[in-house]
Amino acid sequence: MNTSSPKLVVAVTGLNAIDSPGPGVAVIRSLRDHFGNDIRIIGLSYETLEPGIYLHDVVDKTYQIPYPSAGAEALYHRLQYINSIENLSVLIPNFDAELYNFIKLIPSLDTLGISTFLPTLEQFDARDKINLYRFGSEYGLDVPKDKVIYNVNELYTCAEELGYPLVVKGKFYDAIIAHTMEQAQKAFYKLSAKWGFPIIVQQFITGTEINIAVLGDGKGNTISAIPMRKLYITDKGKAWAGITLEDDALIGLAHKFVQSTNWKGGCELEIMRTQEGRPFIMEVNPRFPAWIYLTAASGQNQPASLVRMAIGEEVPPFKTYDVGKIFIRYSWDHITTVEEFQKISAFGEL
Amino acid sequence: MILKKNIATSDSGFIFNPSTGDSYSSNPIGSEILQLLKQGNTPQEIKKVILEKYDVENGQFERDWDDFKNQLKEANLIEL
Repeated sequence: MNTSSPKLVVAVTGLNAIDSPGPGVAVIRSLRDHFGNDIRIIGLSYETLEPGIYLHDVVDKTYQIPYPSAGAEALYHRLQYINSIENLSVLIPNFDAELYNFIKLIPSLDTLGISTFLPTLEQFDARDKINLYRFGSEYGLDVPKDKVIYNVNELYTCAEELGYPLVVKGKFYDAIIAHTMEQAQKAFYKLSAKWGFPIIVQQFITGTEINIAVLGDGKGNTISAIPMRKLYITDKGKAWAGITLEDDALIGLAHKFVQSTNWKGGCELEIMRTQEGRPFIMEVNPRFPAWIYLTAASGQNQPASLVRMAIGEEVPPFKTYDVGKIFIRYSWDHITTVEEFQKISAFGEL
Repeated sequence: MILKKNIATSDSGFIFNPSTGDSYSSNPIGSEILQLLKQGNTPQEIKKVILEKYDVENGQFERDWDDFKNQLKEANLIEL
């Protein structure tokens, strides 16, 4: 490798490698696998106890950034400051809640010389769970029927049209399965209090839960698609272990999704495959999943490919991957000092 | 009865279905039958091999065979 050329500097969010992990640390691990010493990683954090901040062999330097609720302008000013020190080449946001601001900032980041590889706002909105059924109908993809409601009385129509059990979902997160009207009403109040309106009421589909990590080039081509079945699921529904699968129908579904939407960047399709083998798209997460390192481990390094495309390289679609590759997550007590904690808390940098 | 073409088996009796991620383990006789299936033998040919090789009553073997076939079917490992 040419050590005289300036290092690629990549900023990454989602350093919260906790029990419901953000994808940042896995994204960085994938990048380091591919780029070796020719990369400098800048962590972007929200909270002072995100583990990635303190993992100095993972993240070279971390800066705190404002919460998404502070708006795009506050984020831009902070990124401008960080860029004046670090000269960022590429930025990879990894949280659903922050994506809207980052997508809005794409032109401004471009003028700062920071490349991104993100979906457009239209693509981002189309796969939102509020619009998912309409999205599926438009592109001929199997999506469970749903109704978007604002009033508790609308639950009666939902029960009539969708039948029990009903899946009552919050606007951003959480889903509760309701077998009776009483349970559905309780779920409605609980989720609307936590996440606001609307509430999504979805048809219940049973089957095997499969996730697909996908990378689209923004021109309708699927650069990579890796299906994974969760082998061990935590009480928060997160995969603690998973295995890569070989299934042409799942790969075909990923290709159809990317081709229909011209999806740009990484995403995760949450699939429920019924007993009859029919794959329903339950959700589309508009960013890499926390298990993304499995794509690198099985031969299709999606984060590295995204960075290569972001800096203008042509990346041909991957053809093969290792089937039966397993990840098993583990926890580890990392030791740090109060001095380090103080630096990130007081100065917003470490 | 044909073993689905992408099913992986090992000499130790481990069976992996790459389409579903499910894995199973079989006893040595089950493992031997799976190897014979993989080699393209018909059920009749396999039954003949097993009956010649092992000391087993025909009726008992037929019951065990049906039971094993049902397990393979249940696990979605064969095409009938």
